[in-house]
Amino acid sequence: MKVRALFFASYREIMGGAEFDVDLPDGATVSDLITLLRGRSDAASVLPSDPAVAVNRSYRTSDALLADGDEVAVIPPVAGG
Amino acid sequence: MMSRARITTEPIEPQALLAGVGDPSRGAVILFLGVVRNHNDGHGVEGIRYDAYDEMARGTLEEILVEAEERYGVGHLAAVHRVGELGIGEVSVAIAVSSAHRAEAFDASRYVIEEIKVRLPVWKKERFEDGTSEWVAGKQPEVSAEGGA
Repeated sequence: MKVRALFFASYREIMGGAEFDVDLPDGATVSDLITLLRGRSDAASVLPSDPAVAVNRSYRTSDALLADGDEVAVIPPVAGG
Repeated sequence: MMSRARITTEPIEPQALLAGVGDPSRGAVILFLGVVRNHNDGHGVEGIRYDAYDEMARGTLEEILVEAEERYGVGHLAAVHRVGELGIGEVSVAIAVSSAHRAEAFDASRYVIEEIKVRLPVWKKERFEDGTSEWVAGKQPEVSAEGGA
């Protein structure tokens, strides 16, 4: 399956892009995606191992199952207001 | 009609927000404004760039308003968060609440700004007087098992 990973703020700088598609095996979780992302480059390895994540625009825990076509945003600590 | 929970690149107009919550049966109206200040943590600040996950932030802000309504039984709420480059003194966030009485209006307004601070997917990068800039250390949203935050 394929999911779309989105990055914002400091994580966008770490990952070197705002979004890209990622191939994952069926049954993959949020945690599996983060592990794969952290292995993409030396720079990406500083991404936290358990960041906040939103799947299809709702916060989800790291054990949440992903599905083909999901929009998965890796959310840096928020600083609105 | 303009949505009551908005993320915008345009300057915020507090008067328009107030007009949106007005109601003859509500005797108390609270307006909270968050404004860009000229210092943080001992550094002189020249301005702030706000970024948001727009598509999610609109829904999260609406969720927060619904929760405030349910908790405090207030009449009408509206909130808007600005994104983009802001200068000192510009309004970054505005919250308006109207209610029959003042206590719940203050409580609901406080609830909305505190929840924005811990879960709205918005980030800010400060520009300092010395020409450097830095993402502001934020809060990690708490995520419950059933989803939501």
